[in-house]
Amino acid sequence: MNILAVLIPISLILGSVGLIAFLWTVKSGQYDDAEGSAARILLDDDAE
Amino acid sequence: MSTMSACPACVAGPNSDKVEAYSHKPNVHLSLPTIHCAGCIGAVERALMAMPGVSYARVNLSLKRVAIEARGVSVDAIVRALDGAGYEAHPLDASVLGDVENKEERALLIRLSVAGFAMMNVMLLSVAIWSGADGATRDLFHLISAAISLPAVLYAGQPFFRSAQRALVRGTMNMDVPISLAILLASAMSLYETLNGGRHAYFDAALSLTFFLLVGRYLDQRTRSAARSAAKELSALEVRTAQKMLNGKAVEISVDDLSIGDLVLIPTGVRVPVDGQLMTARATTDRSFLTGETASVELAQGAAVQAGEINLGAPFQITATAVGEDTTLRRLSALVETAESSRNRYTNLADRAARIYAPAVHLLAFAAFAVWYWISGDLRLSINIAVAVLIITCPCALGLAVPAVATAAIGKLYEKGFLVKSGTALERFAEVDRVVFDKTGTLTLPETSVSLDLLPSNEKPYVLALAQASAHPTSRAIARALRDVTPVALQNLQEMPGYGVQGEFDGSVVRLGRGAFIGAEFTGTGFRFGDSAAHEIPMVETIRPGVETALEGLSALGLDIMMLSGDRSAAVAPLAKRLGITSALPGVTAEEKHAAMQEMEHDGHHVLMVGDGLNDTASLAAAHASLAPSSALDASRNAADIICLRESFADLPLVLKIARAATRLSKQNFAIAACYNLIAVPVALLGFATPLIAAIAMSASSITVLLNALRVGRVS
Repeated sequence: MNILAVLIPISLILGSVGLIAFLWTVKSGQYDDAEGSAARILLDDDAE
Repeated sequence: MSTMSACPACVAGPNSDKVEAYSHKPNVHLSLPTIHCAGCIGAVERALMAMPGVSYARVNLSLKRVAIEARGVSVDAIVRALDGAGYEAHPLDASVLGDVENKEERALLIRLSVAGFAMMNVMLLSVAIWSGADGATRDLFHLISAAISLPAVLYAGQPFFRSAQRALVRGTMNMDVPISLAILLASAMSLYETLNGGRHAYFDAALSLTFFLLVGRYLDQRTRSAARSAAKELSALEVRTAQKMLNGKAVEISVDDLSIGDLVLIPTGVRVPVDGQLMTARATTDRSFLTGETASVELAQGAAVQAGEINLGAPFQITATAVGEDTTLRRLSALVETAESSRNRYTNLADRAARIYAPAVHLLAFAAFAVWYWISGDLRLSINIAVAVLIITCPCALGLAVPAVATAAIGKLYEKGFLVKSGTALERFAEVDRVVFDKTGTLTLPETSVSLDLLPSNEKPYVLALAQASAHPTSRAIARALRDVTPVALQNLQEMPGYGVQGEFDGSVVRLGRGAFIGAEFTGTGFRFGDSAAHEIPMVETIRPGVETALEGLSALGLDIMMLSGDRSAAVAPLAKRLGITSALPGVTAEEKHAAMQEMEHDGHHVLMVGDGLNDTASLAAAHASLAPSSALDASRNAADIICLRESFADLPLVLKIARAATRLSKQNFAIAACYNLIAVPVALLGFATPLIAAIAMSASSITVLLNALRVGRVS
């Protein structure tokens, strides 16, 4: 059962990483223009 | 790539604009109604970045807008540049647009994600407990769950706590009172059980309750803010500048900067921005927006001119007598906003249900507690059972199903070009049994158009050449009607403001203008080639596209159709006959319309008012439900529940169908939720409810109502 002392913190840390990543995407405005973001991937601007 | 190296801005500052996108302060916002794909984004941004002075340009495809940071470039130049690139652009007033970012929506999304994260982790721990963890392991898992869920519930549940507190302070009940009570009591009781090594803890239930209800709250907020920003954009599109006369020269200033006594120049075809007194000898204006009357009005010096009238004749000057909030137009719109209309008192379905539901839930939980305490004398057991009852009865269906139905329905309507502004609009539209239409600008198009039946086709090229030389609304209408004709070249073109246009062709004088100006018998507009016979070009009203389809569809839905117009009988009767409307009243003033509306409501009818002008504003506000075309006056758009963004009315019956379907689905969802409660509540009352049963009952009912809500998208 001692393995729980390792596994539970690991699962919580991984969960928090997901949460923090999501919060970052919200704060940096990545949901402001979902349609535009989908379209921009087709733009041909990689050789600037 | 080669296409990109052609763009000077990219060579000048490679990529830097993208890295620092959020440090820019856009000062110009344009609406781009025609953009729709990646190619458009690229073309618009390239065209803008190629302009000197533009340091940042970013297109938002969802909002069909572009934000630009520009120094030393006029908005006109930017609009012209985009026009050259093939994109229609309209400047937006940034002050009307307000904050582009939606802080409230983001805050809710963050709370939702915190609740979701905590719910997932606690659920995993709960699985271990439900699988039979015992003794110290169970207590440890309960403790970890408590450590995760208490801060999460306190943070994520705040929207409910605040709303419940506001309701209690006012001494009323709303849905958030039982929600908050269930969440807080469940958490507190679970904490007590955890600390005392008890078997049951409802942390997962408290969190999933918070999560599901936040989903409902978020959907609600998103729909409303999308509608708000679209409505704001319509207002921001209105040009708010005026020509003020300073030392004999016209200077363009903002309408807000005009003061009483200022001399204002009103060019041909422009809307009067303020109330004033006519200083020029004569003027012709169009008051159809204010009265519904299509005939133009002749004014003499000293006459009062109201904001909202359109100059049809030569440019004239007025002295401002009322500006800003004091103009008749604004006063009337303010009146509408503050008026206690029937709809402010309208309680929506969820609130009506909540009024019965909330006290019932509290009574039931309290009764369970009292009875169990009386039977067993065990305080802890009795509280446990009361909390289980509270959690199981908690109104996920009300909090989630109603917003989910509304979001799906409003999204579907937006796709069809209808902007739903009011939260209770769909329910009120579903109750409508009579539709009242305005005529001018609603059943007919607001722009004047002309009939060319009397004009011989060999004269058309001359007429077009003359019409193109003038900015008068009639000339523009003629030019529109003659789109397919190639104009001839005329010499000595000149416009006589208020009379017409004249030019020369091979030595003969050609004239387009009023009857008197071209020397003809009639009084309307006409054309004359030299000394040959004059030909009249009468003004006609064009029926709005899709009106016939709409009226047919509305009748098929079993609705009475009426027309109330401020226009003359001669204009109303033929139109009513053509459209097959049997009850049409001409010459109705704004007050009479409003009174008629109240009378019909009094007789038990639920009226849908469709109108656009100032004379409809009061009726739009008084009617049970209202709809305005996007060409309507600002005040009318404010008063209406739904705005039709497209020119065509063909989808009007669909609005009523979707509204009816949405209301039906909401009621169905209440029934589904009630069924779940019918099974689960007796289990809880008898004391058999475990956290597992609570979690299953709640999740299953929430997911069922959510899936049922999405069926509204299948209405056609």
